[in-house]
Amino acid sequence: MKLEVGYIPIRDIRFGPESKVDNNVLYVNKRELSALILADEGIASVALDLARPGESVRITPVKDVIEPRVKVSGTGGIFPGWCAKVRTVGEGKTHVLKGAAVVTTGKVVGFQEGIIDMSGEGAQYTPFSKLNSLVLVIQPKEGTESHAYEKSLRLAGLKTAEYLGKLAEHLEPEEVHTYETLSVTEGIKKYPELPRVGYVLMLQSQGLLHDTYVYGVDAKQTLPTLIGPTELMDGAIVSGNCVSACDKNTTYHHLNNPVVEDLFSEHGKALNFTGLIITNENVYLADKERSSDRTAELCAYLGLDGVIISQEGFGNPDADLIMNCRKIEAKGIRTVIITDEYAGQDGASQSLADADAAADAVVTGGNANMVIHLPAMDRVIGSIDRVDHIAGGWSGSLKEDGTITAELQVITGATNELGFNTLSAR
Amino acid sequence: MSQIKVVHYLNQFFAQVGGEEKANIPPEIKEGPVGPGMAFQAAFQDQAKIVATVLCGDSYFNEHTEESVDAVLEMIRTQKPDLVICGPAFNAGRYGVACGTVASAVKEKLGIPAVTGMYAENPGVDLFKSGVYIVPTRDSAVGMRDAVAAMVPLALKLARGESVGSSAEEGYIPMGIRKNFFETKRGSRRAVDMLLKKLAGEPFETEFPMPDFDRVPPNAAVVDMRKAKVALVTSGGIVPKGNPDRIESSSASKYGKYDLEGVTDLTAEEYETAHGGYDPTYANEDADRVLPVDMLREFEKEGKIGSLSRYFYSTVGNGTAVASSKKYAQEISKELVADGVSAVILTST
Repeated sequence: MKLEVGYIPIRDIRFGPESKVDNNVLYVNKRELSALILADEGIASVALDLARPGESVRITPVKDVIEPRVKVSGTGGIFPGWCAKVRTVGEGKTHVLKGAAVVTTGKVVGFQEGIIDMSGEGAQYTPFSKLNSLVLVIQPKEGTESHAYEKSLRLAGLKTAEYLGKLAEHLEPEEVHTYETLSVTEGIKKYPELPRVGYVLMLQSQGLLHDTYVYGVDAKQTLPTLIGPTELMDGAIVSGNCVSACDKNTTYHHLNNPVVEDLFSEHGKALNFTGLIITNENVYLADKERSSDRTAELCAYLGLDGVIISQEGFGNPDADLIMNCRKIEAKGIRTVIITDEYAGQDGASQSLADADAAADAVVTGGNANMVIHLPAMDRVIGSIDRVDHIAGGWSGSLKEDGTITAELQVITGATNELGFNTLSAR
Repeated sequence: MSQIKVVHYLNQFFAQVGGEEKANIPPEIKEGPVGPGMAFQAAFQDQAKIVATVLCGDSYFNEHTEESVDAVLEMIRTQKPDLVICGPAFNAGRYGVACGTVASAVKEKLGIPAVTGMYAENPGVDLFKSGVYIVPTRDSAVGMRDAVAAMVPLALKLARGESVGSSAEEGYIPMGIRKNFFETKRGSRRAVDMLLKKLAGEPFETEFPMPDFDRVPPNAAVVDMRKAKVALVTSGGIVPKGNPDRIESSSASKYGKYDLEGVTDLTAEEYETAHGGYDPTYANEDADRVLPVDMLREFEKEGKIGSLSRYFYSTVGNGTAVASSKKYAQEISKELVADGVSAVILTST
């Protein structure tokens, strides 16, 4: 399975009479895009806004961030199961509007959406402050219950990213990366001396708005399975999550999975990137046992020497993380886990909800309880009134002058457990 | 800031008084730097000046700890220093304990920053690392030059009152306090590098050493539920509508205690959840789903339980520090015992 990913850098985003990419500027026709979004009967209104790196802009409550992409050749289309038919993706050519993003906002749950600051202290913690973003502020029809609202918001984001991505279909990319996955036997023949390394990608699937979708299927109803790493780059995995903002994997993260990129960069040199296993994080013990057993079996079946395990969320999923680690290590396969910490505001408390001596190699995305101070911004996109209530905020987090004192938790993507950021802790 | 005034603490050996035969000398003070103090003074250049050296025999210090600490502190106090350097003690056990004790007392009682240095296996490390900046050194004085080079920048930062970064950035032994900082490589790259080292059998450093996990064995079963006074305690965030105590949706700083007198059912009009870690739709529709008051009232009527305790306790478990949970549990359990509660149903989410 071989995919060429071509980057068209986007250096600015503006509204204009015609949606197009011209001279690395992304122009968006508001009316055309609004009509596309409003085709969803559950949506009462949509306001489109722009946010650029360095601007004094705060976006909240953020639900998802999505990167515009388009399939130029090869089977299927971007976001199979949603925007395209359910065909296997990950082969051929894909174009990316690099540096652009679609950000969806809405008060779905109220607690579980985050903040993106485009400048100031908060900006250094979120990778999304560096993107030229089209923000969708979506209001549901009155009486829409939250699950239907989440779905409408999710689809609006995906459709918008697909709409913008298509503008790149006939453009010449400035940079092309080629990723190729060999079959297990081909890999062993080609790199007999290299350690076989796999990746276990844990998907948030606790249910009740903590969901992730694979080719349109709710991950909590799946068994662990193998998936081509390049399938992720074409949108095979989509976030449907409303969980703490700092360590949820947005759709943008799934499209740009950093473990996949960094394993590919060493593929054929220091290691043989043999396979990617996706597993879930269900709440029931029986589900946890079943999924971690299956995952360890798949790792052994592939004859892996080492595995990187990444997590999504915290607390309850810490149990899945440690189970996966313990069972894979018990097969004689070495592991490194990527997580983040809830060590209290003073950093003195126990960081994880579960622990095991087998987890002797840990990479951390930082302590999410750390208190940060965010300056006031000239402009707020979305609505500011949920700040005291979102996970990581408290009564009085938002001051009258517009400044915010809250835990790092509130920042979208701040302590990402795919290892997307440089933030760490000791 | 004008030139920083430093007092240096040494044992009899490094203060060049003598070896084991002099280990019983009581504390004394000398003007200016002595022994390793010369190396520190050279590294400080003109940014700081070692105004005095306090020394004490290792045996004397450990056999007369209280008097020694008092005497040493008094000598240091008279010098009005901005900073105290202790050792480094390398792998000398009694000296390490003395350095840790002095550094800790200087910080706690005089409010003056202190830095010491020790070999990782020096018993002073485990005793004092949580409260004292200890720079890791080699196991003998061969490592003096490296120790001085590592201790000086940290010492100057502390003396100037500058903010001190994480242990990984500043080079001290982790204090058990987790601090955030930016690495040069992203997490995924660090994970790949760590795995390659682990696979090659090379040494690697985990970013989070696994703690000793606190597992609580369950109590013995309740013999007769028909006589039990049952209380409800939840981390699922059920509160009276409007969340009167403003319990946070994550990382809760408090718990609430609420009266169930006359309450037979938790209605959507009167109760809700404050919890930010799960979809609240169904808990807000009917809070009995998280805190089963309705069922327990029925059981009470049918005689399946003795009675339902008058108060329920509620906090939010989402992202809440274990240390906070422990504190709440200690307070709550005291009250439960005082109220004669014989069984507790703990509900989570």
